[in-house]
Amino acid sequence: MRYETPATIEAAVGLIAAETGIARVLSGGTDLLVQLKAGMIEPDLVVDLKRIAATREITAEAGGFRIGSAVSAASLREHKALRAAWPGIIEGLKLIGSTQVQGRATLTGNLCNASPAADSVPCLVAAGASARIVGPSGKRDIPVQDVPAGPGRTNLAKGELVESIFIPAAAAHTGSCYLRFTPRTEMDIAVVSAGVSVTLDASGTCTAACIVLGAVAARVTIAEEAAKAIIGTKVDEAALAKMQAAASAAATPIDDKRGTKEFRIEVAGVLARRAVEKALERARGK
Amino acid sequence: MPLDAKPGMDFKVIGTRPVRPDGIDKVTGRARFGADFNMPGQLTGRVLRSPHAHARVKSIDVSQALKLQGVKAVVTRDDFNADAVDPALMDVLVNVMARDKVLYEGHAVAAVAAVDAPTARQALKLIKVDYEILPHVTDVEEAMKPSAPVLHADMFTDGVEPRPTKASNIASRVEFGHGDVEAGFQQADVIVEREFRTEAAHQGYIEPHAVVASMGADGYAEMWCCTQGHFMVRNISAHLNGVDVSKLRVTASEIGGGFGGKTTVFLEPVALALSRKANRPVKLVMTRDEVFRASGPTSSSYVKVKIGAKKDGTITGAYAELAYQGGAFRGSPVDMGAMCTYACYDLKNVQVVGYDVVVNRPKQAAYRAPGAPQAAFGVESVIDELAQKLGMDPIDLRLKNAARDGTKSSYGPTFGPNGLIQTLEAAKNHPNYKVKLGPHQGRGVAVGFWFNFGGQTAVSMNVNIDGSIALAVGTPDIGGSRASMGLMAAEELGIAYDKVRTIVADTASLGFNDVTEGSRVTFSSGLATVQAARDAIKKMCGRAAQMWGIPEDAVEWKDGHAHPAGANAGNFPPMSLADIAKDAGNTGGPIAGHCEVNAEGAGISFATHLVDVEVDPQTGRTQVLRYTVIQDAGKAIHPTYVEGQYQGGAAQGVGWALNEEYIYGKDGRLQNAGFLDYRIPVCSDLPMIDTVIIEVPNPGHPYGVRGVGETGIVPPLGAVGNAVSHACGHRMTVVPMSPPRSLKAIKG
Repeated sequence: MRYETPATIEAAVGLIAAETGIARVLSGGTDLLVQLKAGMIEPDLVVDLKRIAATREITAEAGGFRIGSAVSAASLREHKALRAAWPGIIEGLKLIGSTQVQGRATLTGNLCNASPAADSVPCLVAAGASARIVGPSGKRDIPVQDVPAGPGRTNLAKGELVESIFIPAAAAHTGSCYLRFTPRTEMDIAVVSAGVSVTLDASGTCTAACIVLGAVAARVTIAEEAAKAIIGTKVDEAALAKMQAAASAAATPIDDKRGTKEFRIEVAGVLARRAVEKALERARGK
Repeated sequence: MPLDAKPGMDFKVIGTRPVRPDGIDKVTGRARFGADFNMPGQLTGRVLRSPHAHARVKSIDVSQALKLQGVKAVVTRDDFNADAVDPALMDVLVNVMARDKVLYEGHAVAAVAAVDAPTARQALKLIKVDYEILPHVTDVEEAMKPSAPVLHADMFTDGVEPRPTKASNIASRVEFGHGDVEAGFQQADVIVEREFRTEAAHQGYIEPHAVVASMGADGYAEMWCCTQGHFMVRNISAHLNGVDVSKLRVTASEIGGGFGGKTTVFLEPVALALSRKANRPVKLVMTRDEVFRASGPTSSSYVKVKIGAKKDGTITGAYAELAYQGGAFRGSPVDMGAMCTYACYDLKNVQVVGYDVVVNRPKQAAYRAPGAPQAAFGVESVIDELAQKLGMDPIDLRLKNAARDGTKSSYGPTFGPNGLIQTLEAAKNHPNYKVKLGPHQGRGVAVGFWFNFGGQTAVSMNVNIDGSIALAVGTPDIGGSRASMGLMAAEELGIAYDKVRTIVADTASLGFNDVTEGSRVTFSSGLATVQAARDAIKKMCGRAAQMWGIPEDAVEWKDGHAHPAGANAGNFPPMSLADIAKDAGNTGGPIAGHCEVNAEGAGISFATHLVDVEVDPQTGRTQVLRYTVIQDAGKAIHPTYVEGQYQGGAAQGVGWALNEEYIYGKDGRLQNAGFLDYRIPVCSDLPMIDTVIIEVPNPGHPYGVRGVGETGIVPPLGAVGNAVSHACGHRMTVVPMSPPRSLKAIKG
């Protein structure tokens, strides 16, 4: 196995594009190293992006945030403006592994590991984030939800990698929240999760909402009917009940070692509702 | 001088809480655990394991692996001579290296030793095993059906008359009890009968199994490993390899948890075989995945309980039926489970029937009070339901029927002095029993029992030239026992605790010691330490007598000094232990105390647990709010480590009750072989566990010690089950009470 530490994104792309065997990108390594140690993968080439300066930067852009692919979750947690704009994304990051793991783990890595249970992804989707993909034929931006293709697989082409993630500005009176269900209090993986974003107008009517469910399908699920149930309402009890039912209806989980289908459908609605209630509280407080 | 008892039991050192000898090393990282040992020229070993739950091994071709550069040895079934193995150890041999069949996913079929780990891993891929896949069964109830695939063609249920002629997966039937249960049920005003199921739990020790074995060209070998019993490792590893016991010396490392799971061998005989073949030291370390798939979790179980009582709460009849799977070999702890089932109660009519069942799962190993928690879950749940039906406080119902001094136990013996009543009374008076509960909260009570054990024990105590003491015991320290031995030695000798250094000696340095199990160490190594100290004291009194020129029996030992026994003995100033030690070379040579004993008189230990939980009515998730352990320790030598045992047992029990379980797929493969999906509790899952130490002295120990390590895991399944049942408004009958199960119960 070769280990390379290129100094530029172009060099990194060149290396992985030229590799005839299995190439893997290393940022925090909190998934990759575990897979290596467990013998799940045996790559021929590992390209470490951390020596590329731009991958470790958070830059302001169009009122939002461009997050380099090797920025750690711990750095993001300490970024005041991001924390204020998108508390739901931060809540997701805070749940990844342990404090030590968060010192290494990255947003891009969590996205590209392509687990339907990834904690940072539902709220990224709810926030309307996009991924900047760079490859041999140049750069392109795609919505973050289109990066994973299914568990452990991405839509990236040969030689491509994610350079950065862009999180747009939050509109006025926007609240976000991420909640997950785990049997343990921490050091666990989501059995079901919900990341939501809710925007109100001055009168308290919901003008925009995005309700995203994790771990209930092969990829995150955008529960459009659930969002529609509260958009245009004052988000009263009736709207919330309708939203909860729609969120449950949007869930298409499987039975597995982490939970039953029946349980996940039920709890998807419960978490969506609890997350919306918390997001509303935040939107109203702004 | 009197050597039989400590006058008045007026302790000076016992009951204090000094730092343990291994404490600083463990918190600074200096302690050496199993995988920390390395030897010059050492090879890395890896084990090839069966991907199938049940298959015939038609052939094993290792030729390609042997051709790989860097591979120094490969061993298979052909490297062990089964004909020379004691039939009583045949299952152990078959478990460490499969013979004609693989009996569970993870069963070892071959092992390699190579110059490094990548080479060893590569070599495993080059071993070709031709399997004929057979139908499998992993569920205990399924395995008992006549249609189930049979694991062993020569297994005919023991304990059934006449002996069955058809082979089955039921290894044996056991029965305990007395009186007439049917007549008892006739007298009852209320009868509760229910079925319960518990899933298999793993001990969850943080340190995986690890061993380094090194056999020289002369056939003499050494071994370092993490184990609860290095004498057992020596005897079995030597025997399975056809080596004299004297040719193998085993040293136990520090141990990162065992809880019963390290009372047997897995890697050790294989490492010795590899080392012999490679003529180099070989190290084998399990991955966590291997620990789950190929070490020994506890049994899963089916438990049926039927109890009848009069309106005043008097139990008139109690029956139970247990079926425990022990993995692929006979020996589930159903016998001990059956003996413990009703041990907490004083019953006129009681009967317990148990079935030992084999399935295609790894061979079970002991787990803290093996067999008792599963049965207690059923009994304590039914007792709780009876209390509800009778409108009685659950502690009062237990007090009314509790075993006491003189109770004829359900499994035969008559109990001596014990602390069950005291633990129940302390529970009733505990502030945690009076806290008002909120919505969706529930309180559970349960009691538990464990026998405790004594066993073969050898201790050696050397009096050093400066008056300090080197105390060598042969029982690996899994819970602070070196500190307890040091305290008992210091107490008896009349010196300070820090003058005694206790070590766990290797197998060449002491007589045979049974494994650290059965909560036996503080009792039996403690008893032997006290006896060894008395032996040393007798010798030191002799030396003083010699120096004073008076008869030996005119010298007595008080407060760490030899004194003339009275005015008639002469007027000599007291001589300290250090004074006597300094002159040992002139008075007869080294001074040492010894004790070799098969310790009897281990005292039983009872506990009462209280727990409050809150269950989220929308997700079924249970949070433990407060937990209280009240247990009889006889005498707490080092109270902090007694409390630690109480808390540890409760913590493991809570994990088992709420989340821990072996989950098998239809393919017979374990689906959650890691700590992500096998969920032991993390710190934030538990409240601080409150403890109360009750001390009803055990007459079998000079200081009254009872073992305390195991009883603590017996009540939690029942206590948590009762609490969750009250919080949900539905009787929980399956462990673990995971969120999907609880939510289903709530939704009805």
